[in-house]
Amino acid sequence: MKFAIQINEGPYQHQASDSAYFFTKAALEKGHEVFRVFFYHDGVNNATRLSTPPQDDRHIVNRWVALAERYDLEMVVCVAAAQRRGVVDEGEAQRNGKDATNIHPRFRISGLGQLVEAAIQADRLMVFGD
Amino acid sequence: MTEIVKKFLYLNRKAPYGTIYAWESLEVVLIGAAFDQEVRLLFVDDGVYQLTKGQDTSGIGMKNFSPTYRTLGDYEVKSIYVHRESLESRGLTQDDLVQIAWEDWESGEEKENIVEVVDAADVTELMEGSDVIFSF
Repeated sequence: MKFAIQINEGPYQHQASDSAYFFTKAALEKGHEVFRVFFYHDGVNNATRLSTPPQDDRHIVNRWVALAERYDLEMVVCVAAAQRRGVVDEGEAQRNGKDATNIHPRFRISGLGQLVEAAIQADRLMVFGD
Repeated sequence: MTEIVKKFLYLNRKAPYGTIYAWESLEVVLIGAAFDQEVRLLFVDDGVYQLTKGQDTSGIGMKNFSPTYRTLGDYEVKSIYVHRESLESRGLTQDDLVQIAWEDWESGEEKENIVEVVDAADVTELMEGSDVIFSF
C-alpha cells in the first residue's frame, strides 16, 4: 500500500508526531511505500534542527531524520504554516530578510499543493493530530 | 495537473477561533481547488460555528476570515454538509448559518445555497464514500 502522512501537531507538546513516526516506521518495515510525510499547522515545528531535548528523552527531530535517511523518505513542511511559526530555510530567510535559519536540511519547505498531491497519489492519507 | 479524480472530504471539527485549525483547513481547500477533485466539506462538533453568520472578531485582534466561506462555490466546492445534532446541541439552526452559492461556469448550472444540514447516518455514508478525508 502507498501511504501519505500528515502531521498536524508539534513535537513533545502532543503525541501526534510520535504516533505518526511509529506508524510510518512500521509501514516501511512491512514493505509499504510512504509517498510523502507532510508537516502542517504546529507540525512544522518537527523540522527544527535546533531542538535539544533532555538526554534521557527521545529526540523527535533526529528520529524523523534517521528514518528519512534510511528509507529515502520525503519530508515536506508547509511554507505558509512555517512562515507564521518562524521555521526557516536558506531560501525563505533570504526572501523574507531573516538573519537565521532553523530547519534541518533533511526537510523541505514547499506549498500545500504537495499535501493535496500526496492525497491524490497515495492509496491512503493518514492524518495525525488533535 | 493530474487525471485522477478522488472524492475529497474536508472534515472540520473545531471552532473558527481559539485555534488555527479552521483557518488553515480553509487554506488547504483554496489551494486544493487547482487540482480538480470532487470536493465536499463537512462540519461537525464545534466546527459548525465556522459557518455562523455575523462573526465579529474585533475584540480578539484576529482576522475575521468567515467571508471566505461564502466564496467556496468558486473554489470547486460543490457540497457543504453540517451535522444536525452538532448544530442543534449548540442551540443553532440552519438560519444561523451563512448561505453559500455555487455556479458551474461551463454549464451555467447554479444553486442558491449548497449548505445542507444532514443526520448522523448521512455523515457515516459521506465518510464511507470518500477516498480522502482531511481531518481538521
